[in-house]
Amino acid sequence: MTSDAGPLSLGDIRRGVECLLFVSPTPLTAREMALALEVDEALVERASRELVSRDPSQSGLMVREVAGGFQMATRPEYAVAVARFVGKRAQKLSRAALECLAIIAYNQPCTLPEVDAIRGVDSSGVVKSLLDKGLIRELGRKDAPGRPVLYGTTEEFLVYFGLKSLDDLPDQAVLEQMVSERAQAVLEGTEDASVEDARRMVEQVFPPDEQDPENGAQAGAGESLHPL
Amino acid sequence: MSGKPGGRSSLRRLPKTGGLVIQYGVDPWKETGAARCAAGRKQQDVVPLMAIDLRQESSTGFQVRLQQFEGPLDLLLHLIREQELDIYDIPIAQVTDQYLLYLQRMEELDLDIAGEFLVMAAMLIELKSRMLLPSPPSPPEEEGPDPRAELVERLLEYEKYREVAALLRNQEETCRLLYSRTVEVDPEELPPVPSGTVTTADLLAALKRVLERAEVEKEPAAVIPRRRITLRLKMGEILRRLKESGGRLSFHALFSSERTRTEVVVAFLALLELLRQRKVDAQQERCLGEIIIFEPAGEAVTLEAVSP
Repeated sequence: MTSDAGPLSLGDIRRGVECLLFVSPTPLTAREMALALEVDEALVERASRELVSRDPSQSGLMVREVAGGFQMATRPEYAVAVARFVGKRAQKLSRAALECLAIIAYNQPCTLPEVDAIRGVDSSGVVKSLLDKGLIRELGRKDAPGRPVLYGTTEEFLVYFGLKSLDDLPDQAVLEQMVSERAQAVLEGTEDASVEDARRMVEQVFPPDEQDPENGAQAGAGESLHPL
Repeated sequence: MSGKPGGRSSLRRLPKTGGLVIQYGVDPWKETGAARCAAGRKQQDVVPLMAIDLRQESSTGFQVRLQQFEGPLDLLLHLIREQELDIYDIPIAQVTDQYLLYLQRMEELDLDIAGEFLVMAAMLIELKSRMLLPSPPSPPEEEGPDPRAELVERLLEYEKYREVAALLRNQEETCRLLYSRTVEVDPEELPPVPSGTVTTADLLAALKRVLERAEVEKEPAAVIPRRRITLRLKMGEILRRLKESGGRLSFHALFSSERTRTEVVVAFLALLELLRQRKVDAQQERCLGEIIIFEPAGEAVTLEAVSP
């Protein structure tokens, strides 16, 4: 792919994008790929989106848009076979860990005492394990008594949950509406798709034994998450 | 009351384990009044939310497992939802009684009750008493703030994040089915450590590797007189060996003679102490690379100068 060979067609770019995504361990932005391919960023963006919406029958691999970039991954249909080959994945996050992440994601930069106050329980162990897994990081220290550490979510957080950006999470107003609708639904006895029900459904697929193994700190379980 | 959609079943099978989960008294609020009367129970007598899992384990007999709550707010929310109460108008007396009953059950089952649960219990009792006390007469339009307001606000705030947590769980489920290339670590390719210094975390990681090796040679099976290893002795030994090897020694070489876990730990503590006292220095060329221990330049360290 040299520039002497004349202008690249969109098909060429698409195949080039595929190559870069294939070798990259992290999501790549259109900008990064445009630099390597020496073509216009907008064209790379377009070619990448074509790959994202490619007909599933074309390949066992797929391209997904995540963390502000693109990443190649195996198709979910083949998860069982891949899992059999590569072995057990790191354990799922505990509920406590998910709650902490939710709080940090919405309030970052935020401190441990702020997380504790919302959850009503001590979260230091959980926060420590989230740091170890690279899902959150220290952003500095708050100018307050004790100078508590400020935490924020990482790019790894977006990748782990398959989010394009933090904007993929519902905004505060939507959340407040969800909660008040829930309160109303409970009163009217029409509550149906509650969190509990969702959890129960998940438990049917993944028996609870593997889930929430312990309530809180579970350090060092993130082998596939945080290779360094 | 068996497994109807919408109604919580009192008995349900646990997936995989085949055990039975008995949920004491979750149902009464779902039952018709007639059924409740027939059962001859008062609402207050029934302990809600007790998911007791009676699993027949081969050797241990019965195992009792309590439904887990992430904290007092989680438990309170569950109580309110389970009984279809109005979160904006919580019947504090009822909720407090049930909350305390739950804690009591936890105690009976010999479970540790986290301090946070007790703090909430105290708060609920205080709220309950404040609700019972007649408020000083005041003009109707000038009603004092609802003592429950703060609690309600906290519950709603917490619930928002519980919703997000459920959402993240869904995303996690989806993403766990996708596999991507992972980062391969080639030590040669890693950039040098910027400042050329070693953090405590690096030292700990190195210690872990040494300990793993020490594990291979377990403590000897035969009973031999225990050798006393003191921090002071170890510090002196490290300095001596450092001198013998020309002032430079790798972290691994330093621990090469340590046979048991205790020895390794004491040697590590000694090293930390020497670093703290600036009697030695440590340096690491690159990530995951060997840590080099050396004498600080221009400072002759004598054994006598060591004081742990």
